[in-house]
Amino acid sequence: MAASDYPGLDTLALHAGAQPDPATGARATPIYQTASFCFPDSDHAASLFNIERAGHVYSRLSNPTNAVLEERIAALEGGVGAIATASGQAALHLAIITLMGAGSHIVASAALYGGSHNLFAYTLPRFGIETTFVDPRDPQAFASAIQDNTRLIFGETLGNPGLDVLNIPAIADVAHQAGLPLMVDSTFTTPYLIKPFELGADIIQHSATKFLSGHGIVIGGLLVDSGHFDWEASGKFPTLTEPYEGFHNLIFTEEFGPTAFIQRARKEGLRDFGACMAPTSAFHILQGIETLSVRMNRHVDNTREIVDFLMAQPQVDRVGYPELDGHPDQSLAATLLPKGCGAVFSFDLSGGRPAGIAFVDALNVFSHLANIGDAKSLVIHPASTTHHRMDAEALAAGGIGEGTIRLSIGLEDAKDLIADLKQGLRAAGKAAGGSRS
Amino acid sequence: MMITVNEHDVYCYTNSREIDPAKPSIVFIHGSGMDHCVWTLASRHFARHGNNVISVDLPGHGRSGGAPLATIETMADWVITVLDTFNIEQAALVGHSLGSLIALESAAAHASRIRAIALVGTTSPMPVSDAILDAAKANDHSAFDMLTQWGFSKRHQFGGNRSSGIWMIGNTLRLYEQSGPDVLFHDMRACNDYQSGIEQASRVTCPTLLLLGAEDRLTPVRSTQGLQSALTSAKVEVLPGAGHTIMVEAPNAMLDALHQVL
Repeated sequence: MAASDYPGLDTLALHAGAQPDPATGARATPIYQTASFCFPDSDHAASLFNIERAGHVYSRLSNPTNAVLEERIAALEGGVGAIATASGQAALHLAIITLMGAGSHIVASAALYGGSHNLFAYTLPRFGIETTFVDPRDPQAFASAIQDNTRLIFGETLGNPGLDVLNIPAIADVAHQAGLPLMVDSTFTTPYLIKPFELGADIIQHSATKFLSGHGIVIGGLLVDSGHFDWEASGKFPTLTEPYEGFHNLIFTEEFGPTAFIQRARKEGLRDFGACMAPTSAFHILQGIETLSVRMNRHVDNTREIVDFLMAQPQVDRVGYPELDGHPDQSLAATLLPKGCGAVFSFDLSGGRPAGIAFVDALNVFSHLANIGDAKSLVIHPASTTHHRMDAEALAAGGIGEGTIRLSIGLEDAKDLIADLKQGLRAAGKAAGGSRS
Repeated sequence: MMITVNEHDVYCYTNSREIDPAKPSIVFIHGSGMDHCVWTLASRHFARHGNNVISVDLPGHGRSGGAPLATIETMADWVITVLDTFNIEQAALVGHSLGSLIALESAAAHASRIRAIALVGTTSPMPVSDAILDAAKANDHSAFDMLTQWGFSKRHQFGGNRSSGIWMIGNTLRLYEQSGPDVLFHDMRACNDYQSGIEQASRVTCPTLLLLGAEDRLTPVRSTQGLQSALTSAKVEVLPGAGHTIMVEAPNAMLDALHQVL
């Protein structure tokens, strides 16, 4: 018997964590839309509060619908457990506050989602946690930035906006040699495209709003624990290895072994900060995950067609997709992401800001909005929206040009997407011509 | 807490409480390749109910030093030495799989020291397939895979954990992976070689509970007939839907059942 005898990804995507509802036989996971749960008697209640029995007390702490989602993502990632949170940002915050407090330090990739960058650069310092940002393509830069008080190494599987491919094995080595865990945001890739735990990562964060759901109707996050990291050997994580007064001096590594991190995150972080997921959101995300492989395959296929189309257009100065010749991570992507590099990428239009604005305004099939990972194709012009406060010089420092367009390729017929892009390019050409005159 | 047994460090989870020999005591004994963590819920429960709980890491397992012991008989003697170290005259033993054989042997060979036993996921004899033994001897990961997959009922291959957010397959696999080299092989061989279980069972006089998983594929219920016949006064509970890893698959039903003898 071998690892291949475990249920495969598609089977787990449909079944992991779920059993037919014991009360009704319902095949679909029911939405347990309740704040709290009745106790059969006082001793049962006491045993639930004291972690003696399995069960639910209050939906901020756990909920049966959320529990199915949590098990499912843990199974898909090959971890030991997970927590569903109110958003991807909540999952990131939950991990950080579980691992460290004031006086701590993080080494993070400089190529991050803007929301994560804001948290690290501006918000966490107010709470005494500093971050050093480093080049995601340089594992030695991560090593050089580690300080005595560093408690976490963080990056995205595919960086934002340049799709820098995180060299997870190399950076995990750096982290582990320093006794630190590596946490990755795998929102762009999902467990269909990459399995970060198999490459050495210790903690995974998802914005489940994106490809895991696919439908763009919920906000949600997931935090997943590999169970691999040896918190005691590291000696840097007293929240996990020393008595916790907030729970009768419970020592999480002693009582929970491989699940110490995710247990502490639930027993403290979810309890005290309260950024839980609504059960209905968990239900919606479960519906999305059921079709994850089918959708991701189509996302990638469509993306490759669009990339090929754009590469042939004279108005397009650059297409940033790691599978392309000339992309600095082409070789690494072939190794770590053989199924594809996702469905979000950017390209540069000649004609600058006017061309970019005209291009976006002319599109009909693509939706102009600030999101990614929807089944519908999405577009945004960063210079006029998400990064509108930046001048050309600041944009360039972030790898963004005045004519940069970010696309999130959906599941429509590729020919219709290409037709839409053609009319956008025509409008951009006119605008660029006008701007020159 | 750490104690010293036979000149080796031994870890015993006690729910952060001092052991009071005047209180009733329960010793929890884990299965092959595992450690005390498998008993966390049950240990916490019986500690709150006024018992000394001692959830051991067998030698060479978890946080305990020393080498794994070779036979069930020496493991049973070791458990009695643990009781001696705590000045406990008599204790109840709860054992899972390998641990259940240790509890059985202890109750037969050291009857005056054991007041009750609960044998969880048990059978005797407990033959281990050559495939598992060979893989464990080679420290091949496939031994962990086989035990993890066969250790859960078919329905629980897809999870459905009552403990929120924990993927029971992954957690069990990780516990195996954290065991030291050769540990699983020593444990499996000890189970396989223990041929006197039925004979020893006939000597057991203390209250006894057999707690079995209806869908156990490693120690199937049908294989326990000999043991049930020898343990004439034993209570037998068969938990529907559970496989071999009863502590994880049916934690609440297990607690309720354990109260019959503890």
